[in-house]
Amino acid sequence: MDQLKGLVSENAYTILNEVEEKRASLIAALQELQVRYRYLPEAAMRQVAARLRIPVAQVYHVATFYSAFSLKPKGKHIINVCLGTACHVKGASLIMDRFKRDLGVEQDETTRDGQFTLQGVRCVGCCSIAPAVMIDEETHAHVRQDKVPEIIKKYRPSSPVTPVRHPPEPSPSSQTSGKPGK
Amino acid sequence: MSHADWEGQAKFTIDGREVVGYKGETILEVARREGFDIPTLCYHEALEPYAACRLCLVEVTTGRRTKLVTSCIYEVAPDIEVKTSTERVIRNRKAVLELLLARAPDASLIQKLAREYGIEKSRYPLVLNDKCILCGLCVRACHEIIGASAIGFIDRGTERHVGPPIERLSERCIGCGTCVYICPTAAITLKDVSKPMPGVHKHPYDYEAPDCSICGEMNLESESKVGEK
Repeated sequence: MDQLKGLVSENAYTILNEVEEKRASLIAALQELQVRYRYLPEAAMRQVAARLRIPVAQVYHVATFYSAFSLKPKGKHIINVCLGTACHVKGASLIMDRFKRDLGVEQDETTRDGQFTLQGVRCVGCCSIAPAVMIDEETHAHVRQDKVPEIIKKYRPSSPVTPVRHPPEPSPSSQTSGKPGK
Repeated sequence: MSHADWEGQAKFTIDGREVVGYKGETILEVARREGFDIPTLCYHEALEPYAACRLCLVEVTTGRRTKLVTSCIYEVAPDIEVKTSTERVIRNRKAVLELLLARAPDASLIQKLAREYGIEKSRYPLVLNDKCILCGLCVRACHEIIGASAIGFIDRGTERHVGPPIERLSERCIGCGTCVYICPTAAITLKDVSKPMPGVHKHPYDYEAPDCSICGEMNLESESKVGEK
């Protein structure tokens, strides 16, 4: 998560400068924006369209198609409770309930402090350690209900939380207003 | 044997009759020219084939293999055998129609096709009542012919629908009504608002209009220039 630091002043243009100017870069561009902003702001999607010279409709099509992209800000940490068959048998729904209760959110919601987004996934491919919970890139094995507060605590910052960061508005000078051929 | 390395003409059969197709042609194009009846919903001569509606299914035998293919995108090759109305084709087409009926029961074209295939009621539960069958004709016409790309597909699976980006009236829409005209199920309607339509001459952007893929002329740009004066 180091890459999230020190980017507050960066707007989508500087992020997009690293992306090649071609249609095939669309998903790469959106992935980059999703990582940095934790969602795809409308302004950023419009900038992607302008930079790659494709219609906004196509950007929106792809942005709404893949579950990896979100139009609403996601939490700093993504909690994926595995609800696949093996985990289900091992009581995944109880684990999910515990996360819901402790975080005070429903599935697919984000905590008010912007720290956690709670999601259910079908199978994370490690049934032997069921019930499994993935938080960001880390897998937690044999999760029990009473372990949940401990797990959450591990990811909660001890210092006051930082609110969800919104991208700064692009300065008018750097705007190309979507006109082709610049 | 390979069907890719051939040039010029391909002799093959459709329902036992010998026909001739040319390199790059699809089964549907040859079949329509030769007078065979293959139903379609998402196909339009002026647009790139899309193979979304699955209604143009036919059976193709190449060598010892027989398979179901969508004739609108399957390119012809020498010696293939095409059958347009075998039991298997009809059975699958019926299933496709029943699925369409479970989505757009009020669309008269779907009702008509279902009746032609002897379907009285879909065996599938009604999932949602939408006239749109997601054939993509409107989206593709807006993109390929008009060049505006004012609408597109949004979301995925059962949530998939057509709309302007960000679900707001697109500034790229020129109000031409092509989407309304091309829609086979009348899912898109044109609302006659008292304000002037967001016509070409009112368009805030002068984007590059591509050449018309049919007539080769470019109309949009000249019109927008006239309007600016």
